[in-house]
Amino acid sequence: MASEAAVERRSAGHRLADLFHGRPRLQVGALLAGPVGWLVIGYLGSLAVLLIAAFWTVSPLSGELTRSLSLENFETLVNEPVYRDVIWRTVRIAALVTITDAILAFPIAFYMAKIASRRGKAILVVAILLPLWSSYLVKVYAWRTLLSSGGIINWALEPFGLHGPGFGITAVWLVMSYLWLPYMILPIYAGLERIPDSLISASEDLGASPFTTFRRVILPLVFPAVVAGSIFTFSLTLGDFITPKLVSNSQFIGTVVFNNFVTNLPLASALAMVPIVVMIAYLLVARRLGAFEHI
Amino acid sequence: MRTQAHPVRAAWLVIAGLLAVMLLLAGCGSSDDSSSGGGEELTKVGKGEGSLSLISWAGYVEPEWTKPFEQKTGCKVSDKVAGTSDEMVQLMRTGQYDGVSASGNASARLVDGGDVDPVNVSLVPNYKTIFSELKDQPYNTFDGVHYGIPHGRGANLLMWNVNDVKPAPTSWSVILDPKEAAKYKGKISAYDDPIYIADAAVYLKAHEPSLGIENPYELNEEQFNAAVDLLKEQRSNVGEYWSEAAKQISAFANGDVQVGTTWQYQYFELLGASEPIAASPASQGFLPKEGATGWSDTWMISSQAKHPNCMYMWMDWIVSPKVNAEVAQFFGEAPAQSLACEHTEEKNFCAKYHAENPAFWKRVYFWETPVSECGNGENDCMNYNDWLQAWTAIKG
Repeated sequence: MASEAAVERRSAGHRLADLFHGRPRLQVGALLAGPVGWLVIGYLGSLAVLLIAAFWTVSPLSGELTRSLSLENFETLVNEPVYRDVIWRTVRIAALVTITDAILAFPIAFYMAKIASRRGKAILVVAILLPLWSSYLVKVYAWRTLLSSGGIINWALEPFGLHGPGFGITAVWLVMSYLWLPYMILPIYAGLERIPDSLISASEDLGASPFTTFRRVILPLVFPAVVAGSIFTFSLTLGDFITPKLVSNSQFIGTVVFNNFVTNLPLASALAMVPIVVMIAYLLVARRLGAFEHI
Repeated sequence: MRTQAHPVRAAWLVIAGLLAVMLLLAGCGSSDDSSSGGGEELTKVGKGEGSLSLISWAGYVEPEWTKPFEQKTGCKVSDKVAGTSDEMVQLMRTGQYDGVSASGNASARLVDGGDVDPVNVSLVPNYKTIFSELKDQPYNTFDGVHYGIPHGRGANLLMWNVNDVKPAPTSWSVILDPKEAAKYKGKISAYDDPIYIADAAVYLKAHEPSLGIENPYELNEEQFNAAVDLLKEQRSNVGEYWSEAAKQISAFANGDVQVGTTWQYQYFELLGASEPIAASPASQGFLPKEGATGWSDTWMISSQAKHPNCMYMWMDWIVSPKVNAEVAQFFGEAPAQSLACEHTEEKNFCAKYHAENPAFWKRVYFWETPVSECGNGENDCMNYNDWLQAWTAIKG
């Protein structure tokens, strides 16, 4: 009996193997069905649900959703000046954080890629990744302590008669720049690694000054990597709502979405579309600039 | 360069797919709107169903009193802590919970949405001895029908740092009058919630009688705009808006803020830590001269409760004298149960929290949900959605 069952099973397995044999499309399809299914249903599906909600409205009396299509929420976003202010403020801070991180990240990445010893390089990579191992909230609360009136920053500046920035937009800029710096360093480092040292030597041999070498040789080659890093810093700043809540009183797209999410989901969804649109535009520009050529 | 063409095509495919799913959803989503006025109340508490799932404020459902409840009734308690009233409403709408400890700015929304059922108070023996001024209130009784069991209450106090704020303020004008507040520019602490607009309304009720404000939660457009404008002016002086108690405690302790609105909980925490803090003194009834807003929480039963018997047993348990005393002390609020005061560990607890002082509570305007239909027959009051949008505009 047992051997009969084994034969049966083997033949079933064989039949399955026969089915896939010589059909590469079916093989790939079966392999990808799970992950792609998850992506389409779980990821894009939930996104679609969120976006369709942007066209619904909320009944003023009970706060229940009215599921009919209307552009009311988008009209609110356009007509109420506060939302324009919030969107503009968020985009501005995202740009500022991106530029700050690019300026900070470049020398570090350059040192790692071109100057540091093998050991020094390893230590630096660990040092850059280390903050990513601790909780996001712990880092933001640590900054809250640093920036508070009785905090270390004020204590250190006091002898010089100066004051720290306190809580506010400047604090958001500082904390965000700190939080997303590793996401900028790593792509730039990878980009610089790919530049052969011989190119830099050749530039020097041909009489270029270090600045000219940087401007004419290194920067054009590493620029796509900077753009790739900026996608992280820009999009992460655009969507964050916890840091602004903890170190400032200012509203950003994320905080307004968070505040409206429960009571007015349609308005929150409509506002959530803004970063999506901004990021699509950003990615199109980034593609133009060649950020995806090595992916 | 071949790869350059593909991402664009892929992107169009994704967008087309998204549109298709959206249209599909829009098609099937348009038929289920129910806002019935709630179902029947229970007539007899039967045997427990073996489990109970609750939504509560942090500190309301703790092992100290849920363990004995489970042993006594066999109802195993699972609790979901909500951070805000809005979140409570959202969670109740899922229909997966048996009950909620709703504040007044959530209860009317739950009743309107048909999310909660009336409560038969005769099935809750401990209801009889609950402080009478907590019964039949606009935040727990609707059209004469009881929708819940009062749990506890607190007032929003005016608190200040005695080293920085002199002389001691006796009025909310210290943070709301533009001239006086400018003295503490960047050092004012305000509550981060749309319901804070009512604080401005309480102030205006006393200082601008021409507006004719009666109830700070029932504001017509003119009254509402006056309150909103006042808070917009206040904004430039605010150092920090707080929504979690811990954030405000740290801000006062670190000197980031010096004066603002608070709960009894933060006040006593800071006093306990020997911080130089004061709140309106007893000689003024513990409240600024205008009175103050406050909150009174109510246990409500879901209209889709799967364990109604356990929920009724819970509502009786949580207001039983000993347990209500435990909860009130754990959380830092005045108990709803009049007999609870004999059971508090700290002898003067009830006095500290004014639990037995009706005169104190007369000047407290408990949170209510702002609705358009506000009793004047004209439906011209600003509703909660207006409050929410105005709050976004106030914060800029």
